Amino acid sequence: MVEKVNLKIDHLSVSVDAGATILEAARKVNVRIPTLCHHEDLCVAGNCRVCVVEQVGVDRLQPSCAIPVSEGMEILTNSMKVRNARKQIIELLISEHRAECTTCYKNGKCELQTLSNEYIVGESGFLPLVPLKGYTIDEFSPSIIKDDSKCIRCQRCVRTCDQIQSIGALTVAHKGGEMKISTFFDKPIYEVVCTNCGQCVNRCPTGALTEKTYINEVWNAIDNSDKYVVVQTAPAVRIALGEALDMDPGEIVTGKMVAALRRLGFNAVLDTDWSADLTIIEEGNELLQRLKRVLKDKESDVKIPMTTSCSPGWIKFIEHTFPDFLEHLSTAKSPQQMFGALAKTFYANKIGVDPSDMVSVSVMPCTAKKFEANRPEMRASGYQDVDFVVTTRELAMMVKQAGIDFKSLPDDDYDSIMGESTGAGVIFGATGGVMEAALRTVYEVVTGREVPFDGLNILPVRGMEEVREASLKIENPLPEWDFLDGVEVKTCVAHGLSNAKKVMEKVKNGEADYHFIEIMACPGGCLGGGGQPLPTSPEIRKKRAEAIYREDAGKKIRKSHENPEIIQIYEEFLVEPLGHKSHELLHTTYTPRNRY
Amino acid sequence: MPHSVDYIKKLADRHGRGLESLLPILENVYEDNHIIPEDAMVEIARELDVSAAKVYGTATFYSFLETEKCGKYVIRVCKTITCMMHGKNQVIKELEELLKIKLGETTPDGLFTLKETNCLGQCHKGPAMLINDVPYTELTPGKVRDIINEYRLNAQKSAS
Repeated sequence: MVEKVNLKIDHLSVSVDAGATILEAARKVNVRIPTLCHHEDLCVAGNCRVCVVEQVGVDRLQPSCAIPVSEGMEILTNSMKVRNARKQIIELLISEHRAECTTCYKNGKCELQTLSNEYIVGESGFLPLVPLKGYTIDEFSPSIIKDDSKCIRCQRCVRTCDQIQSIGALTVAHKGGEMKISTFFDKPIYEVVCTNCGQCVNRCPTGALTEKTYINEVWNAIDNSDKYVVVQTAPAVRIALGEALDMDPGEIVTGKMVAALRRLGFNAVLDTDWSADLTIIEEGNELLQRLKRVLKDKESDVKIPMTTSCSPGWIKFIEHTFPDFLEHLSTAKSPQQMFGALAKTFYANKIGVDPSDMVSVSVMPCTAKKFEANRPEMRASGYQDVDFVVTTRELAMMVKQAGIDFKSLPDDDYDSIMGESTGAGVIFGATGGVMEAALRTVYEVVTGREVPFDGLNILPVRGMEEVREASLKIENPLPEWDFLDGVEVKTCVAHGLSNAKKVMEKVKNGEADYHFIEIMACPGGCLGGGGQPLPTSPEIRKKRAEAIYREDAGKKIRKSHENPEIIQIYEEFLVEPLGHKSHELLHTTYTPRNRY
Repeated sequence: MPHSVDYIKKLADRHGRGLESLLPILENVYEDNHIIPEDAMVEIARELDVSAAKVYGTATFYSFLETEKCGKYVIRVCKTITCMMHGKNQVIKELEELLKIKLGETTPDGLFTLKETNCLGQCHKGPAMLINDVPYTELTPGKVRDIINEYRLNAQKSAS
């Protein structure tokens, strides 16, 4: 049993586990202490000092995020000394911050702005240092903008990149007054090892790291009557968008979102969940082909385990970090890009629109999708397959700009075709979801029976555990798949790139006997993506995951291969999985990149 | 300049491949080359399995490691208040005239780099400066001329 420690915070008695910080103890008695460098997902830093509190009998103020509680401690969080110190700390931070709030992209969502408002920081006596510093703004990346003039050097981004993603694209360079958050040799973000995952953007308290926005480009397209604008929405958007529009985490807003998109003026509102179902068909068949070639035909040059390829952060990570293992990646494009390639070919033809007059927009929980859409290989239709990617956050801004009262919107349905989806498509948004969706289909293709799990819920691959392993034994397969009889299909699911790295190290060292690995770059999967509403925390991600599985359970059809619009596109256009058309439009190649 | 893959490999063999070896390796590279070049940092990152940005962050943190090419002799003049009150500005003016370079620059012959530094702990004998690892104190413009001339003579001797 953990020892309990008793202390007083603002004269309120509280008892917490030994080792807890003063900040955690204060939260227990609902005393809010402001923080900036502190983040629930990250290790203690204690560098911003905004959370200082007074300990009775101790002269120096203490950073509450970094000091563990001790027996009999008496803490004051709201003494005159604390208030004055905090105000001065905020003033000092602002003296080095380009506080042009009204024109800042983060206006209204900036934690420093909120604090300066709370503490009524007016014109302070500190000299503004911003003009002296010769700051740079890196706008070259299609995903992420880094503006050093807004940086307060709390290092949340550095810790995120290091601890959650094990990339270390950002570092603390120089020291003292010159100290800054920098990439390798201060190169532009798009030139270094950055995966564009946007987890740093999710945790930046100010406007120093933001997504590159394409809101104006999308408005321009909608406004242009010569253009036919289609929009697709990723699985994880519908369970998080509400958060950015004054709703609680975990609310499913699929119908309202579709209604809002129609009100914004998109010509067709379609669903990435549909192309997620398509991904399952292509990727599932690819897995079976690989297993056949390895287990039956004994081909030595075919690589297993096969890994998923939906997460563009993961793709860029493996290209940088494990360039010799690209053949393990499924060649299937991500649902966004499958959708894009089909929108300007199959769909354009079907509705009689010239693909050059079509603008394809996607709403994604992700900043790396912006980079993915810009990859040179993503032009299978002869045009850029997806023209503009906006994040969940950006869509929320568009809804607000349009004056739409989101909460009161009636539920609306997606357009057809490429709008119908199954529960299997929905769960792509959670870690383990692609695995579960693939198993639901693959098992049935091989055996002719449903997966042997209650209600199709493959619980072993669900959850927030960092790396999860599960196996599924194939018994009595159909004759075509007799070589799989008795084979225990071994799978592994990992989310967050530091966990991806652990799994890939195992593969590299020959210690992994998996057949299929699902990897998502972001913690929790897409629902914790770099484009999702702020803030993010383990608790919020858990609520989003619950919503995803609720949405899945509520779907009439829950297996990708039973999606009528998927069956239809194979009959009308694609002919067969992994066929000629699929190869042309739905599969891709990867590029080895420099690790550092 | 020996910053090939093999060169860094040998340094890692000598100093080790743990994170604690990063600083000794960087020091060694700087000693050998009077610069820690970009490609050397990439190789160090590869050998130690850390990110290149981390190597860069460490190299830029320490004043005695340089990521830009420096002269054979790096002159660091103390810029803090006591030395300033003792005439640091005149010392720098003299050095700039002697070397025909400004603060932060390197002479075209690659012999001298002129920089300022934080307190050298010689406040009682200011103004003070370092040339590589050797401290010089109670400087005057005349004394500075003599010191620089001596370095130039020695360099000429060792060249011929």
